[in-house]
Amino acid sequence: MSIITINDLHKVYDGTQVEVHAVNGVTLNIEEGEFSALVGPSGSGKTTLMNMLGGLDRPTSGQVLINGTDLSQLKDSELIDFRLHHIGFVFQSYNLIPVLTALENVEFIMHLQGVPSAERHARARELLEAVGLGDRLNSRPGQLSGGQQQRVAVARALASKPRYVLADEPTANLDSHSTENLLDIMEELNHKENITFVFSTHDARVVKKAHRVIVLEDGKVISDEVREKVGASNSNE
Amino acid sequence: MIIHVAWKNIWRNPTRSLVVILAMVVGMFAGIFMVSFAKGMMKERLNRGIETEVSHIQIHHPKFREADELKYQINDVFQKTKDIEKIEGVNGVSPRIVVQAMVASAETGSGVKLIGTNPDREKTVSNLYTYIKKGKWFEGISRNPVVIGQKLAEKLNVHVRSKIVLTFQDDEGNITSGAFRIAGIYQTVNTSFDETHVYVRFKDLDQLAALPQGAAQEIAVHLSSQKYLNQVKNKLSDMYPNLEVLTWKKLNPEFGYINDVYDYYLYVFIIIILLALGFGIVNTILMAILERVKELGMLMAIGMKKGRVFRMIMWESVMMSIIGGTIGVGIGLLVTIWTNHTGISFDSYKTGFEALGYGTTVHPIIDWGITINVMILVFVTGIVAAIYPALKALKLNPAEALRTE
Ligand SMILES: Nc1ncnc2c1ncn2[C@@H]1O[C@H](COP(=O)(O)OP(=O)(O)OP(=O)(O)O)[C@@H](O)[C@H]1O
Ligand SMILES: [Mg+2]
Repeated sequence: MSIITINDLHKVYDGTQVEVHAVNGVTLNIEEGEFSALVGPSGSGKTTLMNMLGGLDRPTSGQVLINGTDLSQLKDSELIDFRLHHIGFVFQSYNLIPVLTALENVEFIMHLQGVPSAERHARARELLEAVGLGDRLNSRPGQLSGGQQQRVAVARALASKPRYVLADEPTANLDSHSTENLLDIMEELNHKENITFVFSTHDARVVKKAHRVIVLEDGKVISDEVREKVGASNSNE
Repeated sequence: MIIHVAWKNIWRNPTRSLVVILAMVVGMFAGIFMVSFAKGMMKERLNRGIETEVSHIQIHHPKFREADELKYQINDVFQKTKDIEKIEGVNGVSPRIVVQAMVASAETGSGVKLIGTNPDREKTVSNLYTYIKKGKWFEGISRNPVVIGQKLAEKLNVHVRSKIVLTFQDDEGNITSGAFRIAGIYQTVNTSFDETHVYVRFKDLDQLAALPQGAAQEIAVHLSSQKYLNQVKNKLSDMYPNLEVLTWKKLNPEFGYINDVYDYYLYVFIIIILLALGFGIVNTILMAILERVKELGMLMAIGMKKGRVFRMIMWESVMMSIIGGTIGVGIGLLVTIWTNHTGISFDSYKTGFEALGYGTTVHPIIDWGITINVMILVFVTGIVAAIYPALKALKLNPAEALRTE
């Protein structure tokens, strides 16, 4: 069953002079357990598409269905709740809360979900250990490297127990070692817990790890290639 | 946890937050101390007004205060005095003959309020006798003794044992006058009182004024405590339905004014301070929000509802106000307690203060009612000041906010 279904999606920005057709008729299915990369040149509409996939922005026309829920049918406040419970987000610039420790950053989203404090504490610790930060629980984002911060962000994205994680250029600010490390972690989570990952990227090394590569240009999908076996063999190494 | 985050957010830019908190501290300190100071001054003035000048309750003929004529009398004052003394809470009663008179020395004259009273009874309703600076309270002169104020003595250029002549219209309408000799000169801090109040013995004035037996113009009643005020007043009104029974609040309009209207001015003053501080908070919170548009976008993206974002920003403002307000009020209270012990002296402005009837040493006192209301106002200021910035934060669209750098 498709976890995400997109139907003839359009997004038009009213620029000051010209209208920008950032996403121009995209139709896609994302299956449960996919590890997919969205690639394309700068300005091709990756972020715009990801935002609509995550319910952060509303399409000009077309449909986004997640697990059968049509996002356009949700009110703003319902959409926020939907994101909280169903989607994990990882951002390019980490976007952690700078005044909180790694542990608190991961706990915060569970607090929003109303998870009791002891439980969220234990889960946050577990997740940070899983991303290799068991020894940096009480460090604040400013005291962590970019790669470490992004691993905290991955832990945070997973804390809310989403079935689906969206990551817009998660490795753009990372060096190659951190990039590798982060992708391994994400891939392992994908493999072990069957969490669906969709990430956008420019980076050829990241593209290489993806099980499916969707290429976007001028707001349109120009190629969509499934390489399930490559991904599977990588995660078995 | 929202409160925890809000608390940490305050300390992102400690200097900026501290400036706001410090402004709050100074403003609230000034506000509270100013209130305590004014209250101390007022209380002293009221106390002196009651204890020295008017006593707690006075009874008159209903027309007396308006017309101020000898003929508006109370009958049987001695019987009434005995009856009133039995009322619970009353610890002093003194009947008085009151008449407008001219006082003249060898050199000059002056208009005064002439009061005929029993010197010993008078001590139970007024502590004026403790303010005698020269001579004695009706002692040392056997025939027609008089007690006058220092200011009047200076004006008339008279001393203890000097002779003065008092002239007024008696009960039958004839101009009458009598010679009195000064037994004592009192000096309160209220110079205008000192200049206009002249005391003689009840029996001496009774004769001169040709009043019927047992008639007087005023009965002053002193209570053992303020708490009996309304109770005794109502009782007296019931006992003497044809007489006018008034408490000190009505007797001296200035006192009632001090008591009620002054609070209102103090609140206006405090609200002005808070208004100024409120704008400081608006500005600070607004800056703090503009600096973290991206972060707020992220919070909304991952699922933080607008209500929660709103509350978080509210807390930031409220906490700053409460910290600043509490410290400011705390210092204000401490300084009040301290200066209440030591007193604040204004000797260099002595004449000005005394002309208005105020003492030159002020003992500030804490008014808990106002203090609690001020704390509530501080809290409200924090909330109100954050509404505009918080609403601005709510307008953010997460997708756009995340694109900002
Ligand atoms: N808020 C906006 N208003 C107007 N135009 C916008 C807005 N956001 C994006 N665009 C335009 O939409 C197009 C797609 O932008 P988008 O950010 O989705 O591209 P992208 O593929 O993510 O690029 P990059 O790789 O640089 O991140 C671009 O031409 C961009 O200028
Ligand atoms: Mg982008």
